[in-house]
Amino acid sequence: MSILHTVNKSPFDRNSLESCVRLAAKGGAVLMIEDGVYGAMKGTSKSDMVSNAMKDLTFYVLGPDLKARGVDEGKLIDGVKVVDYSGFVNLTVENDKVQNWL
Amino acid sequence: MKLSIQVNEGPYNHEASVSALNYTKAALEAGHEIFRVFFYHDGVNNGTRYTTPPQDDINIANSWSELADKHGLDLVVCVAAAQRRGIVDEGEQERNGKDGNNIAPGFRISGLGQLIEAGIQSERLVVFGD
Repeated sequence: MSILHTVNKSPFDRNSLESCVRLAAKGGAVLMIEDGVYGAMKGTSKSDMVSNAMKDLTFYVLGPDLKARGVDEGKLIDGVKVVDYSGFVNLTVENDKVQNWL
Repeated sequence: MKLSIQVNEGPYNHEASVSALNYTKAALEAGHEIFRVFFYHDGVNNGTRYTTPPQDDINIANSWSELADKHGLDLVVCVAAAQRRGIVDEGEQERNGKDGNNIAPGFRISGLGQLIEAGIQSERLVVFGD
């Protein structure tokens, strides 16, 4: 069984990304949306946490929210996949459950 | 697939209402069924017809109403959260002796049971909020 986790706050504002990564079961997917997209950037104090979790989890980031914040896709941690809203919908359908970390 | 959406944050707070709106549109475009959109906590502020944002700004409440009209969405506002925040329909107006109502077209006020039912009847419940 796989779970889609969504994180909508910056990891520099809240600890929701950290909690999510700590508690998400292997095989799960994590989608970063809204200010959560800052968690997908490389070269930050949270980047290693995300990179290290990639052995168990697949990370996605919502493209329109990246664009709204002027974050170039070249600044993303290697392996983070960019999706649009239709990709977001597909992720909710492809995974068995959805957990939104608010 | 049958999906339901929960919105816990008001329009113009952060981004949750717009995210929920975009997600709902994308789900409908992909041919999924939206069983219900449930507005809880400050999310009930999506359901007033009296918002007048600047013309170059998105009118979130109107966008929900338009989407409901086009796709027959069931937009449900939590009654207890609505009473606290002054979201009133005709029934609530009468029950609580108010001098008017402000519910937006396509929205209805009901109880938390509607959220539970949405969780049971839908294959996925996606929550947007603060």
